[in-house]
Amino acid sequence: MPTQYSRPLPRSWWLQKANYFIFMVRELTSLAVFAYAVFLVVLMWQAADEASFSALYDALHSPWSITAHLVILALALFHTGTWIALTPKVLVLWREDERVAPNLIASANGIGWLVVSGLVIWLVLS
Amino acid sequence: MAAANQTVLDVFRFLPDDEDEPRFQTYEISCPDDWVVLDALNHVKAEIDPTLSFRWSCRMGVCGSCGMMVNGEPRLSCEVFVRDYNSETIRVEPLAHFPVIRDLVINIDDFIEKLPTVQPWLIPEEEKPIDDGEYLQTPGEVARYKRFSMCINCMLCYSACPVYGLDSTFTGPAVLALAERYNLDSRDGGRAERADVLTSHEGIWECTYVGECTRVCPKDVDPAGAIQMLKLSYALDWAKSVVMPFGKR
Repeated sequence: MPTQYSRPLPRSWWLQKANYFIFMVRELTSLAVFAYAVFLVVLMWQAADEASFSALYDALHSPWSITAHLVILALALFHTGTWIALTPKVLVLWREDERVAPNLIASANGIGWLVVSGLVIWLVLS
Repeated sequence: MAAANQTVLDVFRFLPDDEDEPRFQTYEISCPDDWVVLDALNHVKAEIDPTLSFRWSCRMGVCGSCGMMVNGEPRLSCEVFVRDYNSETIRVEPLAHFPVIRDLVINIDDFIEKLPTVQPWLIPEEEKPIDDGEYLQTPGEVARYKRFSMCINCMLCYSACPVYGLDSTFTGPAVLALAERYNLDSRDGGRAERADVLTSHEGIWECTYVGECTRVCPKDVDPAGAIQMLKLSYALDWAKSVVMPFGKR
């Protein structure tokens, strides 16, 4: 076999194209969602009595905490939005011999997500 | 006669017999408005530099042999009009992620070896005698797999896939889409036979769903969608085997 020339992918491959970069952001935002889930578990564990809950509640009102929550909310929304946009690729449904429109599947998932989110917000605020 | 534009082609050259390292060679040519990049390369080879090597055959986006990186994007060079680049320099390179044999010619052995591993042919559940006639299908049954059957093996999807670029053991988009094409075929009963290869580490689970394979596919095959469908169907198989260990899968 004659000499061949190989071109390994550099570590910075995800910076080469906008779509690669968006993919990496989509994947990394899942870490933010995971980290916040861990934070909530720790919060529940720490706030075992009224005094410690009040202390934590006050701490969460700091500007840093509010900023961090807004950032994590944005990351979670991005992750959820891109995830829902991908659902029609996985969930291919057929109505007799016609494929159910991908937009319909994504919309149904989006509406379901909004309804569940609305219920959670209502439960927390009521 | 179509209007002509002055165009600069910046072409990847690798001549292993004479040089150790590749280089880029510039060709300034006058391209009529209706030329595609492949026409420009053929002009260079015929009129300027007969040493330039590249693959092509049909010139009409069917054979899948003229895939190249055109300004960093995997494209069929017979489908890219020079005029669309507005007289800017057009950089032409061999398809990414494959070893280069010479100039724009890549080594496709890896793809050719992977292709038969998923048994991309009909494996009927029960063989019928020839006298019983054809295996008939309704239009709806055809519709379920038709999109995935349009692949022309051009390998643009491999070139767009960073997973394959990082780990060439990955079975890859086109081969997996072809497997799903047969899994979805109502005449096929080979889904279980393909499972070992498809659900191996190098198979569907290696795909992280970047989605670029689908974006660059010149035939709208949607390999990324096919792989996600395979993931769902084999994951459901696994779940059923856990819930009903003695049931039929």
